Amino acid sequence: MTTLLAIDWALFTEKLILIAVIIFASLGIALYMTFAERKVAGILQDRPGPNRAGPFGIFQPFADGLKLIMKEEIIPNTSNKALFVLGPGLAMLAALMTCAVVPWGNKLEIAGRTIALQIADINVGVLYVFAVTSVGVYGIMIGGWASNNKFSLLAALRGASQAISYELAMGLSMIAVLMTTGTLQLGEIVKQQMAPGHLWNIAYQPLAFLIFLICAFAECNRTPFDLPEAESELNSGYHQEYSSMKLGFYLFSEYINMFISSAIMATLFFGGYDVPFLNESLLSPNVAALVGIIALMAKIVFFIFLFMWVRWTVPRFRYDQLMNLGWKKLVPLALANMLITGAVILWLQK
Amino acid sequence: MQALTNRSKILERKPMTFLESIYLWNILKGMMITFSHIFKKQPTIHYPEQTRPFSPVFRGLHVLNRDEEGRERCTACGLCAVACPAEAITMEAAERLPGEENKYREEKYAARYEINMLRCIFCGLCEEACPKDAIYLSETFTPASFTRQSFIYGKKDLLIPDPVTQPAEFAAAKGEGIKN
Repeated sequence: MTTLLAIDWALFTEKLILIAVIIFASLGIALYMTFAERKVAGILQDRPGPNRAGPFGIFQPFADGLKLIMKEEIIPNTSNKALFVLGPGLAMLAALMTCAVVPWGNKLEIAGRTIALQIADINVGVLYVFAVTSVGVYGIMIGGWASNNKFSLLAALRGASQAISYELAMGLSMIAVLMTTGTLQLGEIVKQQMAPGHLWNIAYQPLAFLIFLICAFAECNRTPFDLPEAESELNSGYHQEYSSMKLGFYLFSEYINMFISSAIMATLFFGGYDVPFLNESLLSPNVAALVGIIALMAKIVFFIFLFMWVRWTVPRFRYDQLMNLGWKKLVPLALANMLITGAVILWLQK
Repeated sequence: MQALTNRSKILERKPMTFLESIYLWNILKGMMITFSHIFKKQPTIHYPEQTRPFSPVFRGLHVLNRDEEGRERCTACGLCAVACPAEAITMEAAERLPGEENKYREEKYAARYEINMLRCIFCGLCEEACPKDAIYLSETFTPASFTRQSFIYGKKDLLIPDPVTQPAEFAAAKGEGIKN
């Protein structure tokens, strides 16, 4: 009995260190994504972008962060104070929680222990991601409602309805992928794609990827679907009453969401930490893990650039266009994709 | 209504074609356009390090000129103050004493000469009014400051360095557009 209840302290510390590293890495990457966003925006518009703080402006995110922290904290008098504080915290929490199931690399071997570079390889990984991103909507909704501001409330309503509409299409597109993989476990999905003779999932499910990508844009509230933050019509959207680091948390959680959804897309469709045309089993496990992390990061950086590239190219959708696209185009398309996938799988089994 | 110019275009609002209605193709085209801008030359002038060259006729900050021997040209006639539409110029005249011939060109000189740079509109009428070629608008502009008082420029701010004792500073302050 005591052996069953004993805590594996090595495992415990190992996971704790992994969690700390991943959380801080996510925060650090999100920090530099704000910088990258401004730099990409500048370069795409023939401007240099921020270039004053440090060489090429690399200390700009710290200056921005310091500014946000030092600013006066204003909580509106008529707001629901507890929920007002809860809003940004929830948004941030949901954004950070998703990274628990992403496989960041293959197994490391340190001092005779094999360490999986994944916090939890749960067998409902994909479902977990969907569940947690849905909780992220509450951050927007609660924040917008608690502000006691008409514009914030409208933006929050928009954000909630947008997220729900696009989650549906996203889920349906995922089902087609899950039909081919046959598992919800993210680590297993990556291993399948790494297997020799097996292509990345994008080759089997290009339409599902397209739908997933469009829905990821909508879920992250990125242009062309950034209606909850529509500056021109809703002042500044659901975080209008927020100031100081609470506003910072909202803005920051958006970038973390972007990072995580890039990681999920890379994992599901682009082989995760798989390096194309390279047989990882020939390398020593530690080198293979390191190469894998770099490959995954390269894929993530590409997707992040795609997010920014699209943002600085296209204008915002109108609300009716957004709903039409979601319900009348993406949902039927995802359903058709699911049907075709099912038919092809049945046909192949015969 | 008849068009006044032939530049006006008549818009035809057709329903979207299939390619337009799925957005993706047009978004992709737009993304290619923005991507091509990565390789374009940036027209940015990095201001404190780089400055845009002004033309010689640029009307910037005033200088009170000296002649070749380094004597002040201004005789405090007051024509610039009269010409000034913004009433930015104030001066007090004084008579040249014996022994000051090497400092002032004429018998009368400006003991106090002030220009309020917040009032000045940099029209250059003072420059045109001056019969002695004593006031010029240079190719620099007024630096920013925190107090109103610091925008009232006196003689020590306006007077050009002596061409005899400080030739380098004189040449720098003179710029291209100012005749000596």
